[in-house]
Amino acid sequence: MKTHTLSVLVQNQPGVLARIAGLFARRGYNIESLAVGITEDPELSRITILVNVETELILEQIVKQLNKLIEVLKIVELEEAAAVQRELVLIKVKSGPTTRGQIIEIVNLFRGKTVDVHNDSMTIEATGSPDKLAALLQLLRPYGVRELVQSGMVALGRGSKSLADRAKINRPKVLN
Amino acid sequence: MTPGQTPVICTGAKALIESLERVGVEVIFGIPGGTILPAYDPLYDSKIRHILVRHEQGAGHAAEGYAVATGKVGVCMATSGPGATNLVTAIGNAYMDSVPIVAITGQVASTAIGTDAFQEADIRGITFPITKHSFLVTRAEDIPEAVEAAFMLARSGRPGPVLVDIAKDALAATAPFEWPEDLVLPGYRPTVKPHPRQIREAAKLIKQAERPVLYVGGGVCKARAYDQLAKLVEITGIPVVTTLMARGAFPDSHPLNYGMPGMHGTVAAVGALQRSDLLIALGARFDDRVTGRLDTFAPGAKVIHADIDPAEISKNRVADVPIVGDLAHTLTELNQDLQNGSNPDIGGWIRYLDNLRKRYQPDTSPIEEGVLSPEYVIKRIGELAGPDAYFVTGVGQHQMWSAHLLPHERPGHFLTSGGAGTMGYCVPAAMGAKVGQPTAQVWGIDGDGCFQMTNQELTTCALNNIPVKIAVMNNQSLGMVRQWQTLFYGERYSNTDLKSLQVPDFPKLAEAMGAVGLRATKEAEVDQVIKQAMEINDRPVVVEFVVHKDSMVWPMVAAGASNDDINIARDLAPDWEGEEL
Repeated sequence: MKTHTLSVLVQNQPGVLARIAGLFARRGYNIESLAVGITEDPELSRITILVNVETELILEQIVKQLNKLIEVLKIVELEEAAAVQRELVLIKVKSGPTTRGQIIEIVNLFRGKTVDVHNDSMTIEATGSPDKLAALLQLLRPYGVRELVQSGMVALGRGSKSLADRAKINRPKVLN
Repeated sequence: MTPGQTPVICTGAKALIESLERVGVEVIFGIPGGTILPAYDPLYDSKIRHILVRHEQGAGHAAEGYAVATGKVGVCMATSGPGATNLVTAIGNAYMDSVPIVAITGQVASTAIGTDAFQEADIRGITFPITKHSFLVTRAEDIPEAVEAAFMLARSGRPGPVLVDIAKDALAATAPFEWPEDLVLPGYRPTVKPHPRQIREAAKLIKQAERPVLYVGGGVCKARAYDQLAKLVEITGIPVVTTLMARGAFPDSHPLNYGMPGMHGTVAAVGALQRSDLLIALGARFDDRVTGRLDTFAPGAKVIHADIDPAEISKNRVADVPIVGDLAHTLTELNQDLQNGSNPDIGGWIRYLDNLRKRYQPDTSPIEEGVLSPEYVIKRIGELAGPDAYFVTGVGQHQMWSAHLLPHERPGHFLTSGGAGTMGYCVPAAMGAKVGQPTAQVWGIDGDGCFQMTNQELTTCALNNIPVKIAVMNNQSLGMVRQWQTLFYGERYSNTDLKSLQVPDFPKLAEAMGAVGLRATKEAEVDQVIKQAMEINDRPVVVEFVVHKDSMVWPMVAAGASNDDINIARDLAPDWEGEEL
């Protein structure tokens, strides 16, 4: 099984996400993570999907099936080396007078932020690659993680070209 | 509208009917109801013919029948909630068989959507997986564009069903009518022209092949690429097999047509695929009913796969040469390439297939003297009606016999439910075909099970001067299921006995609906009732043929088995090695 990151540019219309989620569900494709938001153009949304597939053929099928959806404008696979990929986590950790300093030190090492503090807990915000966030979490776990929420992965290709540019040039010929 | 002119202000309902007229709609099959009611008022004055059906499923299948028989987009209309959900089977059927239809449904007022209002159903959500695309329109001004886009999507690229769900307040509200002259769907650009390099690659493989087969699917019919296909066969002499959806795309009388492949395919067609070294798949999708067990399907063959839908290519079987494009273009270009240069001698291959065909002919003799053989009846209907007739079937044994035994000489003359296998398709689809081809003879060949699902549309036919002819093969059972029970469930006939000799009385049922009802129980009566039916053109006719319930469809590849294990009769396999290749 291998994870791939697909960046999908879609028309910002009601029901698009339902179509995409439905497509994955009914064809039995696994979504590992999903993030949706509007783009620089308010008429367009961008969906970043992490899929876990056994073979390249299945990935090809996913891309082809997504391309059949009328609201989908462009799909690219973002290779790890050629893209910036980020997730965001919010972690609520147990903390008291003795541990607070240690936790802040760990958070600083990971260039995270403390966004909320109470007598017996604090909430940490951190962004980064999944590996980095996993490492942070591992270090925080011994203090007691009370609550955790994680965003889907978002990613952008490196370089100056945008997905919208590429959509206008040559839409269907990216992966197939 | 010309520039500078003030747009006409009209209701959404009027805009809907005006839009339908502009895209060239001639006929709508439908039933009114609460939320679609505003649309029926301007329809009353429209030149569009509306046929009031008796069940929305009938409207959907009729739209399909009309579409297949004419090549135009079929239209059905229903109200919200149950009206819309009754269309679902037909929409699903159209999706599986790539039939261009547009379904227009009323929806509760936009302010009530999501409140579980009376007759509310999220029909767009329900049909997401079985439509090519769908629209939910909540503003009157959006109706013309949605209608134009729906028709464009339904008929172009790989055709399919499109749903336009319109909120009642959008139909009632007024707005300026503006017809979009240059419709743009930025995410929809089907590839029509094939890539020249792929054409060259395909031609190269064809020239090298020793045992090539043209595996022709329904896409050839959708692209209307019959002449190009005929030309390809003429140039290359390559044998042809035509799937259920492509029966008639290439004439059965042509010596190079080896018939239908698949679970109930001819031995010659199945053998051709299995022993081929090159499959040239044209608008076919390697459906499990054709391939049997996929990992043993055509094991020695390379694959050229031409289809307008890139997602079909390498979905089930990896293609060596994929060609995305409209088949009419693809075949024209391929023919040009193949015309120059010599094609290899495949005489030995043809002789092998000819021999298979000669040895394994379909058997139409009765299994018990005195009881009609359904195969014989279907064959006689085909012979007497002739190849110019349109033939429409239900699903099951009678469908498979129809696929083999009718005269499939004309493209688009065989209407059947393939991918979805929808029992109940026959009567309403025959109605739609007859509306589309009013001067042609339209014969439905149905089973007693299928017929009882949708026969109420005969009332519609009787009242609207749609004189279809329906032959009911009454074997008193769900015959295909019974056949599987015979073969795989130890002859335990659980719930397949329909007792259709007790009730209903089919001729009486037909008469009650304004049709003529006839019956034949003996071979001597068969020709007579068929001829009698053919002479009646002012009313629908139902002819009941009481046939033997133990007739089985042969050949057969059991579900999940390899095509190599095809049986020509119970426990009887063909002798593949009888003729050395």
